[in-house]
Amino acid sequence: MLDLINVSYDSQIPNNVGLSSDKKVLKALEKWHPGYINWWNDLIPQNFQESMVYLRTAVSVDPKGWAKFDYVKMPEYRWGVLLAPAVEDRRIAMGEHLGEPAWQEVPGEYRNMLKRLIVIQGDTEPGSVEQQRFLGLTAPSLYDMRNLFQVNVEEGRHLWAMVYLLQKYFGRDGREEADDLLVRSSGSEEAPRMLGAFNEETPDWLSFFMFTYFTDRDGKMQLESLAQSGFDPLSRTCRFMLTEEAHHMFVGETGVGRTIQATLEAMTKAGITDPTDINKIRDLGVIDLPTIQKKLNLHYTLSLDLFGQEVSTNAANAFNAGIKGRYMEQRIDDDHKLQNDTYPVTSIKDGKILTEDVPALTAINMRLRDDYVRDAAGGIGRWNKMIAKAGIEYELKLPHEGFHRQIGVFSTVAVDPDGNIVSAEEWAKRREDWLPTKADGDFIQSLMVPCYEPGEYASWIAPPKVGIDNKPGDFEYVKLHMA
Amino acid sequence: MSKRIDFQVDPAGMKHWTVEHDGPVAYLYMDVDEDAGLFEGYQLKLNSYDLGVDIELADVVQRMRFEHPEVKVVVLTSAKDKVFCAGANIRMLGSASHAHKVNFCKFTNETRNTLEAALEDSGQNYICAVRGACAGGGYELALACNHIMLTDDSTSSVALPEVPLLAVLPGTGGLTRVTDKRKVRRDLADVFCSVEEGVKGKRAQEWRLVDEVIPNSQFDAGVRARAEAFAATSRKPDVTQGIELKPLQRQFLADAVIYSTIDVALDRPGRRAVITIKGPETDAPADVAALTAEGSETWMLRCARELDDAILHLRTNEDALGLIEFQTAGDPARVVAHEALLLAHADHWLANEVLCLWKRVLKRVDMTSRSLVAMVEHGSCYAGVLAELLWSVDRSYMMLEPFEEDDRPLASVQLTDANFGQYRMGNGLSRLETRFLGAPDDIAGLRAQIGTPLDAAKAETLGLVTYAYDDIDWEDEIRLFREERASFSPDAMTGMEANLRFAGPETMETRIFGRLTAWQNWIFQRPNAVGPEGALQRYGTGVRGVFDMQRV
Repeated sequence: MLDLINVSYDSQIPNNVGLSSDKKVLKALEKWHPGYINWWNDLIPQNFQESMVYLRTAVSVDPKGWAKFDYVKMPEYRWGVLLAPAVEDRRIAMGEHLGEPAWQEVPGEYRNMLKRLIVIQGDTEPGSVEQQRFLGLTAPSLYDMRNLFQVNVEEGRHLWAMVYLLQKYFGRDGREEADDLLVRSSGSEEAPRMLGAFNEETPDWLSFFMFTYFTDRDGKMQLESLAQSGFDPLSRTCRFMLTEEAHHMFVGETGVGRTIQATLEAMTKAGITDPTDINKIRDLGVIDLPTIQKKLNLHYTLSLDLFGQEVSTNAANAFNAGIKGRYMEQRIDDDHKLQNDTYPVTSIKDGKILTEDVPALTAINMRLRDDYVRDAAGGIGRWNKMIAKAGIEYELKLPHEGFHRQIGVFSTVAVDPDGNIVSAEEWAKRREDWLPTKADGDFIQSLMVPCYEPGEYASWIAPPKVGIDNKPGDFEYVKLHMA
Repeated sequence: MSKRIDFQVDPAGMKHWTVEHDGPVAYLYMDVDEDAGLFEGYQLKLNSYDLGVDIELADVVQRMRFEHPEVKVVVLTSAKDKVFCAGANIRMLGSASHAHKVNFCKFTNETRNTLEAALEDSGQNYICAVRGACAGGGYELALACNHIMLTDDSTSSVALPEVPLLAVLPGTGGLTRVTDKRKVRRDLADVFCSVEEGVKGKRAQEWRLVDEVIPNSQFDAGVRARAEAFAATSRKPDVTQGIELKPLQRQFLADAVIYSTIDVALDRPGRRAVITIKGPETDAPADVAALTAEGSETWMLRCARELDDAILHLRTNEDALGLIEFQTAGDPARVVAHEALLLAHADHWLANEVLCLWKRVLKRVDMTSRSLVAMVEHGSCYAGVLAELLWSVDRSYMMLEPFEEDDRPLASVQLTDANFGQYRMGNGLSRLETRFLGAPDDIAGLRAQIGTPLDAAKAETLGLVTYAYDDIDWEDEIRLFREERASFSPDAMTGMEANLRFAGPETMETRIFGRLTAWQNWIFQRPNAVGPEGALQRYGTGVRGVFDMQRV
């Protein structure tokens, strides 16, 4: 653990922001740090805290420094404060300040808006660690356990990154908000996390993979749009976070893929070709494809809710202010001001789903969600190729964006996965066909037995094709401390 | 916005509020139906409100007093998950005419005042439980309650974001109640009113913005316990049974509105409305049992409700009629008798409620931005409660001596005890005290006149009416007054009358209407808020308002 009194911030907290000479931030961080360590220690079961985990640590932002692998106990992980290198003469990329030099300090008029965005982003980072805290107990392999912990420590680092911004640029308010990030807690009755999806349980490993595939992908989209920010420190922070977020997507996509792979292999071996022969498939100790589809339906739709209302004043204000851009803002061929443009947005009129053109500025959330849907479709295609290759007739699908929604225009209507508006009764009747049931959950839970031998994997998941850091198949990714 | 806005509510058809009764505690849930706005073009998202939502609230508050006198504590809270109330709907405000905005704010202010009056007059205590965002008009709603509880979930806050977000004021009492009622230190109030996201948790309590902060997991139980404790220590007498407020009998005709006790004649070419109040046609109820049996049909209550509705109708739906003339017709002795029963039993809950309703209705008259005049003709019944109208209006004219071919009883004015403090104005004084601010000794002299019908000469000498004219002068003088009044600028009239009506001390109420509202109405006219590039107009587009930076 860090020796807080004699801490050498430059050596123990990897950073490229001159931390050791920044008295203001150091003072704030000294106060915040013990709370963070307590939060971490109370979170993940103690025997994992004591275990040596083969983790990647970012010690600098250049290609040599951002991926140092070594064994480390998680509480001793070197969470760093790293910003992507400054771009010379960077300009604001959108909104009414388009073309003006990017801000190196917070503009007073946008202070609250910026702070709110950073707090909301920051709140999601520890939230997911909280949701996943007990998964180590049922890890299907040491490889997966290591990936889980890698994701966890990086979410922790992302929290640090947001806390740094709050403490560095937002004065006393910022310090208080940083403290509150450790007060709120996922699923807490006392002080829940700000966004709904981060208060849902992550009860099993398939949920974890779905979460990292779908929900972390929302995080990626949010980071992408904050990376466009005219507030340069935020932009640089997010750009660096994105390199780590990519690993989370990888864990999700390969995790679901390996689950499917195990199912396909078991079906082939048992000579089962009908993917809906659920009981027989389950008897093989693998998860049937229809249940995987249900899990997908759940996590995809919870993640769509994270994009907020389709038409949003806050998003419009943030874009126009130059605080938050669109996905790949620089590559979009328009005036980047959007004051006279429109964008098609779904709406419900007289019980029908329509699209309407609305002022593009107000449709920033909708546009980001559209980009997300395209981005999320990629992995589905790759999973379907695996299924087709195994000769099974089944296709995983993203349900219609109106299905199972709590936020936005669809929250008031019942929509089936194919996009038909149905009655609430009809929807309730068919819910069990579309979303995981308690029985599905119990079945998946029954498969969640830990597999702690190096190189071995639980029945329901296939080994990865390649090890982390090119390590061999029987590499001991976690040296478990079994007190 | 040309359809008629109706201020009467069918409680079975409420769209935005629900009430749950638990003995002496009632839970009033705000649950705004976002698709049930009064007009097209906006959705009432996040428990935001428009006039329609407030009309229902006013009705709930009114019914709580008459229909549920057993209720001692009302807990105002939200039925929505993550939001208490987002305040007045901005798109509605952005698209509304100036006149509608002003009327909207006046009515919502009057409704907030009735929440406070419920405690002061009847011991019915409104308290507020805030979970989720509570911003702008949402916090103003909370401010109108007498005890504010906020959950400590590290997210829920109270806020007045009007200035930074919309370039207007928290005009529904917000600024005034923060300093005058909550007694928030002025510099902290300045900070609070400048930050969009507001203040949460312990700090909200330290700054006096809320009364208590309750851990989130104990919030519901804490609110319940607090409500029950307030109910247990309430000084409100136990009453088991209320009365039903039956629907008003009304008829809307092309140039008139006819109620059971009131006729409103609409003279559109002359830009005036004549409200004729008809005195009781039957004797006063013999006792409070008879009064209760008559319920909402008893003349004093029926007339008050009808007058209230008529005033609201004229204010909102007839904005070209710049002059409202009051007339009364009937037997003054009967008016006195009906009122006397209530005064004699002012400790009876229903008698008290009716008298307090009259207080509110007369305040509504005071606050009406039209030229008001009372005509005291022969056959009229300006006695007791109806005599208050004489000092609510800007001027009054009284018929002097018999008129040719007019065999109605001679005009008189009759004072009762009630004229000396029963129906206090917003400034805390009776209308007579306000009228005779420069000659307080005259009030004692007036007391000696209680019970005596005062003829025109006497009434004029005592200063109770402006002019007394005989039948030679009457018609011409009245015509001249009407024509002169009609020629003045309506804006100047509104401003002049509002200034002259409220002499005497400032109260929170007068500060809200006279200071906050006036400033708000000024801002509502300025381009920084409502110009094509103003913040209110641009809200929701993502583009910021452009301000003229000159300080005026």
